Amino acid sequence: MCRIGAIKSVDYLHPSQALLLMQSQQKGHDNSGFAMVMHDLGGIFKNYKNLPTLSLACTDEGLKRAEDILHEAGFSRVLQWVPETNNEPGLDIIAMPNYVFETFNYPRHYRKASQKEKEELLLDMRLKLRFALEEDDQGFVYSFWPDVVTLKEIGNPKDIGTYFNLWEPDDQFTAKVITAQCRQNTNYDIVRYAAHPFFLQGYTALANGENTFYQKNKEFQRSLHRGYTGFESDSQCFLYTLHYVHRELGWPLPYFKHVVTPLPFEEATRREDRDQLFAIRQSLAHLEINGPNTIIGVLPDNILFTCCDAKKLRPVVVGRSEDKVIISSEVCGINEVLPDRNWETDIYPHEREIVVIDNELEVQRWKQ
Amino acid sequence: MEAMKVNDVTPNDLPWKVEYDASRCTLCGSCVAACSFRAIEPKVERRRMIWSESEFPEPKARFSAVPVIRQAKSIRNYCRGCGICEKVCPNDAIGPVRNPDTRHPVITRCLGGDSIKRGGRKNLEGSVRTLDRIRVGRISQMTDPSLDAQRHTFDLLAPFGRILPPEQLAFRVTEDGRLAPSGQSPPVNWIYPVIIGDMSIGALSWRMWEGAAMATAYLNEECGLPVRMCSGEGGVPERLLKSRYLKYMILQIASGHFGWNRIVKTMPSMVEDPAGVLIKIGQGAKPGDGGLLQAQKVAGHIQSIRGVPKADLLSPPNHQGLYSIEESVQKMFLSFNAAFKFRVPVAIKVAASATSVSVFNNLVRDPYNIVGGFFLDGIDGGTGAAHEVSLDHTGHPIVSKLRDCYLAAVTQGRQGQIPLWAAGGLGKTGDLAADAFKMMCLGANGVFTGKLILQMAGCVGNDMGRCNACNTGLCPVGITTQESALAHRLDPEKVAQNIVNYFLAMDQEFKKLMAPIGNSALPVGRSDALVATDKAVADRLQIQYVC
Ligand code: SF4
Ligand code: SF4
Repeated sequence: MCRIGAIKSVDYLHPSQALLLMQSQQKGHDNSGFAMVMHDLGGIFKNYKNLPTLSLACTDEGLKRAEDILHEAGFSRVLQWVPETNNEPGLDIIAMPNYVFETFNYPRHYRKASQKEKEELLLDMRLKLRFALEEDDQGFVYSFWPDVVTLKEIGNPKDIGTYFNLWEPDDQFTAKVITAQCRQNTNYDIVRYAAHPFFLQGYTALANGENTFYQKNKEFQRSLHRGYTGFESDSQCFLYTLHYVHRELGWPLPYFKHVVTPLPFEEATRREDRDQLFAIRQSLAHLEINGPNTIIGVLPDNILFTCCDAKKLRPVVVGRSEDKVIISSEVCGINEVLPDRNWETDIYPHEREIVVIDNELEVQRWKQ
Repeated sequence: MEAMKVNDVTPNDLPWKVEYDASRCTLCGSCVAACSFRAIEPKVERRRMIWSESEFPEPKARFSAVPVIRQAKSIRNYCRGCGICEKVCPNDAIGPVRNPDTRHPVITRCLGGDSIKRGGRKNLEGSVRTLDRIRVGRISQMTDPSLDAQRHTFDLLAPFGRILPPEQLAFRVTEDGRLAPSGQSPPVNWIYPVIIGDMSIGALSWRMWEGAAMATAYLNEECGLPVRMCSGEGGVPERLLKSRYLKYMILQIASGHFGWNRIVKTMPSMVEDPAGVLIKIGQGAKPGDGGLLQAQKVAGHIQSIRGVPKADLLSPPNHQGLYSIEESVQKMFLSFNAAFKFRVPVAIKVAASATSVSVFNNLVRDPYNIVGGFFLDGIDGGTGAAHEVSLDHTGHPIVSKLRDCYLAAVTQGRQGQIPLWAAGGLGKTGDLAADAFKMMCLGANGVFTGKLILQMAGCVGNDMGRCNACNTGLCPVGITTQESALAHRLDPEKVAQNIVNYFLAMDQEFKKLMAPIGNSALPVGRSDALVATDKAVADRLQIQYVC
């Protein structure tokens, strides 16, 4: 079963913290992979917060192809970071030849474009790269977005950490929000894209459990937005719903929960906003999720949240200290990273609430 | 010896033979009195008995007149195999037996010079139905715990009304981060996903109709199941139109517009809106045929509700005076929506046919946002009267057509915007929950059923040609007759009780099916939960094949 975790911190953090968080929950997952998304980057990316960074795992040919496409579109590279890899024998990892994190300047004619135009361009570029590299398995394009990097690999998370030198903290590769999961996708084909977390236009989502409504979600989402593609894992649908409700429809975050886990009719009828709730349920019946799952999400403004299915069939716990808030499937993960916190203030979220961590690390609980 | 008349009708030419044991019969007369078809009659037979009392034969003869019961040898009063005689006989002396050598289809046409008509039961070829080749195959296991059918709450409601796509919802975001309404939306009623199908007050006896209406009210008010009943074409008693129970009724308007005049006239005195309006374009049991209510069923109260004389009432196969589907739908929808001031959802019912997906595609574009539902009616159901040739040889089964419509909506990203309701032989085996559940997984929002409701009430007809005499007005159990004596065989309270109990049982069964697949809402579109044991069915419906 999946174990998931997320850290939001006042200071920049190295992913070793995320590895630590996940490693203690090792008994609960199957050691088949590790993936993480980092938002609000520090270290070498700190001075490029407004420029998009490409996260890519590929062959030599794939890299050339990707760079050609970007150059042709007018993007110019301003930074490249290739993690030093540790190719010790015996490591359980199915690695790609290259891992590339490159920051680009926008094409000249886009420099004055609106934020929205830039965001659409970045999505189109990522999709274009993805399809170009997908053809003959030349690589995987995880994200192309300002202030975000993504790393995914198949193998034992511990060994993946060793391979990328992620166990040794440094101040080069850091971020204030890190989400991570230990496990490859197991429900469907094993492909790198299928590993959580998933990322789209500033939104990140990861989940443990299962999406019973995968088929319905997928059939509906496919025609909703060009970015809703792949569907390598049933949990990807959670990301697309989050993106759709929050960004495309422009509804406030609490309505994400009303879409994925609508209140029972009996309860909704008693509410003052029942007309809106019914309208939402009617129009978006195909985005409902019947669980069982826990979702962790990050919004483009780096706000972190978690929520559960309507019956709370999966565990999750939120622990905090002065300068960190951690969301984790199991409390042992938090114990590992924040051993000295006051565990009495740990939150075990209810089925009908969203727990939100804002940028001041204030933890809010929103009843649905 | 009389000359042989080879063309005389004998019981051996008829679909049923009445088997009679004179030695057990006490001549009480019950069977003859009860047979609404006059298919048996008393007769006196002349008997000759020879006997001898001495040691050597000294034959003596005695003649006597013996009263017996015998079968009518007529194509008019032929036995329908309903078995009422057997039910009433205190001595097990009589009962119908199916006659495999029947010449009925030929001699009836030859002698009558007319097409055969019968009550709407479809004798579909093939013994296993498509729905029975499908199983609910996705059972939650380790990663996907099943729900508990007894303990968890389930939402068993389906929308009736036009569903707007999310970006068209009339919302604005308030300053405190809430969604507030900012305009009008089409009316939507959330109702129980099984509608009591459209059977008119002329087709059913008033006691049957009353029983069903009573059950509907009881299910709503005492059991908390918001079940709706469709009036069928032919109007509604004024008292009901003016009562608060109207809110449980879906009013139907069909091509004959029977009864609609009275509904319109009563509007000013209505205290409740009806649950919806259903415009019947076509029906599944006899697609292409209009409605047919024969004069013998047009009783006094039917004449007054519909405003018609006692004559055969033929509802034309299409709405007269309309040129195309778009036009008809626009016109009707606009007028009927307007009639109820756009507070009542208006849906359309068409026959499943090779072309129904085109009609659906047409509606899905619905620029006025007024198509409140697409009711798709397939063969294998039906209650009304029809020409046998239409019943047996035209029409389309429902399963694949429903699936086609759903997938057409999926292709356009418009699934759910016009709720899909399906019917046609659902619950034929008695298990409506299973059939309805599978139909929902294939894309239906809900189902409607008529024939099964009759069966709940005590209909003895079946799909093997038993009874099916609904057209004659001689229904032996009082369900589809307007003859007072026959209608009084039916106890409306008992009818209501049976329907209520069936719905309660079905409600339980829905939960028993939803729990294992991990659904707490209706499984609309969850085709991944189904598997087919037949490759062709699996391919056609795009579900998993298992063997
Ligand atoms: S009901 Fe039975 S006993 Fe009575 S007349 Fe008919 S066959 Fe004879
Ligand atoms: S409704 Fe009456 S007439 Fe029709 S099949 Fe049933 S019992 Fe026979």
